[in-house]
Amino acid sequence: MNNLSVDHLTGIRDLTHEDIQLIFKMADSFKEVINRPIKKVPSLRDITIANLFFENSTRTRLSFELAEKRLSADVINFSASSSSVKKGETLIDTVNNILSMKVDMVVMRHPNPGAAHFLSQRISAKVINAGDGTHEHPTQALLDAYSIRESLGDVAGKKVVIVGDILHSRVALSNIYCLQKLGAEVMVCGPTTLIPKYIGDLGIRISHNLKEALNWCDVANMLRIQLERQEIKYFPSLREYSMLFGLNKQLLDSLDKRILIMHPGPINRGVEITSEVADSDQSIILNQVENGVAIRMAIIYLLASKIER
Amino acid sequence: MFGITYFVVLKFKHIFVTMEKQVILNAQQIELTIKRLCHELIESHDDFSNSVIIGLQPRGIQVVARLKSELESILGHTILCGNLDITFFRDDFRRTEKQRIPSVTNLDFSIENKKVVLVDDVLYTGRTIRAGLDALLTFGRPSKVELLVLIDRRFSRDLPIQADYYGKTVDTLKMERVSVDWKDLEGIDQVLLYTKEGNE
Repeated sequence: MNNLSVDHLTGIRDLTHEDIQLIFKMADSFKEVINRPIKKVPSLRDITIANLFFENSTRTRLSFELAEKRLSADVINFSASSSSVKKGETLIDTVNNILSMKVDMVVMRHPNPGAAHFLSQRISAKVINAGDGTHEHPTQALLDAYSIRESLGDVAGKKVVIVGDILHSRVALSNIYCLQKLGAEVMVCGPTTLIPKYIGDLGIRISHNLKEALNWCDVANMLRIQLERQEIKYFPSLREYSMLFGLNKQLLDSLDKRILIMHPGPINRGVEITSEVADSDQSIILNQVENGVAIRMAIIYLLASKIER
Repeated sequence: MFGITYFVVLKFKHIFVTMEKQVILNAQQIELTIKRLCHELIESHDDFSNSVIIGLQPRGIQVVARLKSELESILGHTILCGNLDITFFRDDFRRTEKQRIPSVTNLDFSIENKKVVLVDDVLYTGRTIRAGLDALLTFGRPSKVELLVLIDRRFSRDLPIQADYYGKTVDTLKMERVSVDWKDLEGIDQVLLYTKEGNE
């Protein structure tokens, strides 16, 4: 299998195990490329990519833009805060206007779940979901799994706990799909109010005790509390949250094994994770960021190979 | 005859054409050729103190392995060798049905101001070498780049590229195919020319 089974990357749910392995294999090569003195390959020099960000982003947007430029694609950027969306233009109109400028691929972040899928059904360009509301964030999940594979050799058979705001997290959902497809065991851990009611149906474990969860796992992925998505109070105070579900050095040292610490960023230091833990040698947070560029190059390259000439 | 034809059909079943094969170089001739190439290399690179050998993936690295072991036994010291994958520099991206899976690039030394000998098994259209030169230059600026190939398929170039060192030159038609087999991979050292049956 040398081609992806999908034409767009709207979610991990649509990918097969072989797709993910193919992306990882390509990412291995791109990781070597981005460590060369000249970190650029000419493969996509006849491809134009539009980055449409209807929601704020720093890391993902920079990572995508760098990946596109490393592949020699032409890149145009668009952000909702400075666009006609504010004037009432619909998503399809906005995108069709951009596509009429001969764009081959669209990377989109949007606050509405399903926005990337909606778009992929209606336009001819390839679509990559860079986060759609609380639904999926496939490239983040792929780079997380890739980072685990890099540090532990394999993802299959590993135990991964995702801690924090599962209810509002697209990273959590994509991670669950991705890790399960690769044969890992997954647990979510957080306050009852932030664990979706039916998430157990996905075949994962649920815990409300951080220490118990950490003792079980090989890898802990600490999510950020997404205060911007919470219309009501889900827990009494950030201080209480960090006492019960925050990871500090004392807790980490009290475990009888060495676990890997991950975080999709941006970190709220002192809330879900303390600085000591975030900067410790068990943390692979910065490896995740580096791998993000390689993984995105792999996905863009593989989807671009399906663009008809 | 049936046995050979059957083997060839199996090996190239995607072509669906019966082909005849002919040995261009046997194991002993390959060994002699490698020895001669090594002496030619030493003529222009002395003790290789400022020269490196880089094999193009996937099939050039086998030639490099042979050159390396022969050169090291002649010179008595190790020689810097690396592998270079050229997948992302090819000019046929989106023009072939099948996705090419890259092989490993392994260059753990600087090529800046070094004399580089690029190595591949067969020089045919020259497109691989063109991509190889582009890929090579992303690692720095060598003082000189030379090309060594085991087999030069003369008169079939798409680009103005020629080798500095070659093992054997053969005249072939487009429809023919040259394959270099290695003991470690295919169980035997030999270079074969596959000709379409009935082709003069």
